[in-house]
Amino acid sequence: MFNLRTPILAGSLLLGTALAGSMALAATPPDTLVIATSIDDMLSMDPAQSFEISGGDQINNVYETLVDVDPVSLQPIPGLASEWSVSEDGRTFTFKMQEGRKFASGNPVRAQDAAWSLQRVVKLDLTPAFIITQFGLTKENVDQNVRATDDMTLVIQTDRPFAPTFLTNALTASAGSVVDMETVMQHAEGEDLGNKWLSQNSAGSGAYTLRSWTPNEAIILEANPNWDRAADLQMKRVFVRHVAEPATQRLLLEQGDVDMVRNLTPTDIEAISNVEGLKVQDSLRGLIYYLGANQNNEILKNPKVVEAIKYLVDYEGLTNTLLKGRDVVHQSFLPQGFLGEIKDNPYKLDVEKAKALLAEAGYPDGFPIEFLMRNEQERIDIGQALQGTMAQAGITLNLRPVVGSEALEIYRARNHELTLQTWGTDYPDPHTNASVFASNPDNSADAKLVGNLAWRNAYAAAETTPMVEAAVVEQDEAKRRAMYEEMQRVAQATSPLIPLFQQIEQTAMQANVNGFQAGGAVESAYYWPVTKAAAQ
Amino acid sequence: MTSANIEDPRGPGRARIPSSRGLSRAARRVASFVFSLAVTLFGLLLVTFLIARVVPLDPVLAVVGDRATQAQYEAARVELGLDRPLPEQFVRYVGDVLTGDLGTANLTGQPVLRDIQRTFPNTLELATFATILGIVLGIPGGVVGAVFQGRWPDQVIRVVGLLGYSMPVFWLGLVALLIFYGILGWAPGPGRLDVTQQFTYEFDVTRYTGSVILDSALSGAWDVFRNAVAHLILPAAVLGYFSMAYISRMTRSFMLEQLGQEYITAARVKGVPEWRVIWVHALGNAMVPLITVIVLSYASLLEGSVLTETVFAWPGLGLYVTQALFAADFNAVLGGTLVIGAMFIVLNLLSDILYAIVDPRAR
Repeated sequence: MFNLRTPILAGSLLLGTALAGSMALAATPPDTLVIATSIDDMLSMDPAQSFEISGGDQINNVYETLVDVDPVSLQPIPGLASEWSVSEDGRTFTFKMQEGRKFASGNPVRAQDAAWSLQRVVKLDLTPAFIITQFGLTKENVDQNVRATDDMTLVIQTDRPFAPTFLTNALTASAGSVVDMETVMQHAEGEDLGNKWLSQNSAGSGAYTLRSWTPNEAIILEANPNWDRAADLQMKRVFVRHVAEPATQRLLLEQGDVDMVRNLTPTDIEAISNVEGLKVQDSLRGLIYYLGANQNNEILKNPKVVEAIKYLVDYEGLTNTLLKGRDVVHQSFLPQGFLGEIKDNPYKLDVEKAKALLAEAGYPDGFPIEFLMRNEQERIDIGQALQGTMAQAGITLNLRPVVGSEALEIYRARNHELTLQTWGTDYPDPHTNASVFASNPDNSADAKLVGNLAWRNAYAAAETTPMVEAAVVEQDEAKRRAMYEEMQRVAQATSPLIPLFQQIEQTAMQANVNGFQAGGAVESAYYWPVTKAAAQ
Repeated sequence: MTSANIEDPRGPGRARIPSSRGLSRAARRVASFVFSLAVTLFGLLLVTFLIARVVPLDPVLAVVGDRATQAQYEAARVELGLDRPLPEQFVRYVGDVLTGDLGTANLTGQPVLRDIQRTFPNTLELATFATILGIVLGIPGGVVGAVFQGRWPDQVIRVVGLLGYSMPVFWLGLVALLIFYGILGWAPGPGRLDVTQQFTYEFDVTRYTGSVILDSALSGAWDVFRNAVAHLILPAAVLGYFSMAYISRMTRSFMLEQLGQEYITAARVKGVPEWRVIWVHALGNAMVPLITVIVLSYASLLEGSVLTETVFAWPGLGLYVTQALFAADFNAVLGGTLVIGAMFIVLNLLSDILYAIVDPRAR
């Protein structure tokens, strides 16, 4: 480059050296966690509104919930509630609040705040509201059914008996965050219950407070001095910088300008795993790749055809090449890490078996079928790989890659044939996926259960729908677990919704960064346990 | 630009006393500018609005997302006003725009106006710096190329320019980062500021204009200012390279045209020094068409260079509008288009003014 002596480069060099001066050895401040990641999905910091991955990550560090998730074991633990109990009839849940907890404002955390926070989610009725309203709570009844009987006692009444773990698991979601009622209501506008203000500000009791969020640019969190473990908090600030391009993220990490990056490609991960001073941490997340076979399609409604398709995916081959480091083979609808997970993957690529099944189904020479997917590189790659293996049994996949929102529109209207889709869990309870993969209360076109995956594929789920209903009200945890295991095995054998892979998130960081938890399948990221050893 | 202007008997260079005729002409000019601004922006809005409504992207789905029930979907559709007839939607939108309300962006959950106030200064800084680099290096390059036509300085400049044209900006940006940031460590990394300066900016700098460079200078936060300028250099150099390639090529061809004219020969015969012939006489005349070239190139940079902004994690307008487009976020797209359209019109006016300064005949 130098020999070219292009004026522009020479000029930039001159100016660069003149101005750069002291920035040669960049290191992040010892009390600040600096993360480069993509935050362009983030829409709001209000726990009653946020439903995006980035938003969930911040909210998990700014707010606390009645029931928490342990950052190491990822199991439910007491949060702002120290204990809880369920009435005989399984409909009344009583939570005892922790003593002495305070919001960042200094206000005490009371049962009234917890009740108001849940009422607020129901009344605002924004995207995540269903997590709370599914317990039979409505705008009309929520003031009676979620109430504080005194400063330290919260009572939640559901419309029918529910599994206790279902409610406590649901309360660990962002929507279950306890917000500071007094502070928020000072900023309320009209009927918005402070929604507008809380989109940009925070009023929680968690480890951090939101200092600022500039969309598509940066998020700055500051330590909350009133947090109960504030004395142990080493990272006094968290700086999340929006960097969309993985190659740029990698450069920032290698230069030591950031502590952590979260969107590297497998190639980048491989390259940096040999770099001294850097390390990679894997976390199995809750996102699942699956195929959906529309049961309104004459060919696909034949169970033998669906079974044949299950034998025409090169699970091992894909996770060893294309999806290496990104996904693991996972053939059941509950991600690993969930209550009731099963780990058996009975299907593998078996062209002969598939051919026999297709012959039994009356398609010895296969058939052509349209294959809908989003036009993202990874999905197109998977589509092409499937095209190859399906062709071996005579099935011609006509790939139809379209823009994300268009793919969703087609899918919700049941206008697809075979499709490749992903699904992320909404809250850390098995019902989140069971209710959409294995339950279909009304398969008629008029029902328009567009949010339900079984309905989208016109799959009646006749066998598993009652099982899902039974499991969500089961009072005994061990029995409940067994019920989910069983319904997944049934689905594995018969369902036209075919889970393929579970996502791994790879976080690359400086070797001196410890304690980060990406959240596994059940939670968002934890910043507050992070420590940084003195840089070498 | 009418024939009356050209025949102005006073000729160029003489002191001009504003006459009442001149004043009314100025008023007419302002009026016609305002009128053309309004008409252009209205047309732009109409076309963008219609395109946004016919593309097969569902803005409602973009708002409510994957999980929404049919009821939530319908509620959002009504909330967005999409259940109303198209003309009514348009009238409402224009009404809102006239009162300064560009709506809320689904992409960020913020008012579009605030998003633009935030992203546009970044793009303005980048485009301005890149254009200055393009002018400072491109014009002399073009002049030298024309003077040494066909000889080695010309060849070198042409090859450098050609590289500028043919290299993908995305790649060039990454390579520049790799070399000057990754290997040599001379330039700061991507982004608008370093972490420490970002904190200072966040806590201590008053936002007067939205431009990091201006605001930090006005607040006397010189560390932030230096850092902001340092961060600007690499992306501006990459963008400026393209701008330079274009400007130098155009300068060269305009200069060749001028150098072949009789007045040049006449000047040389009269014994005018060669540097004066080239840099004053020929370049002076070549500047007239060159201004249009530069202004257009500046305007296209103001639209934002999406790829440069992506590689350098530069939160500019181009990236914003592009993301909005993919997310079917029509409020953001319409707002961004409006600003870019207005910039084009303003720059057009600027080019007219510059024209008048450089070319007496245009007065």
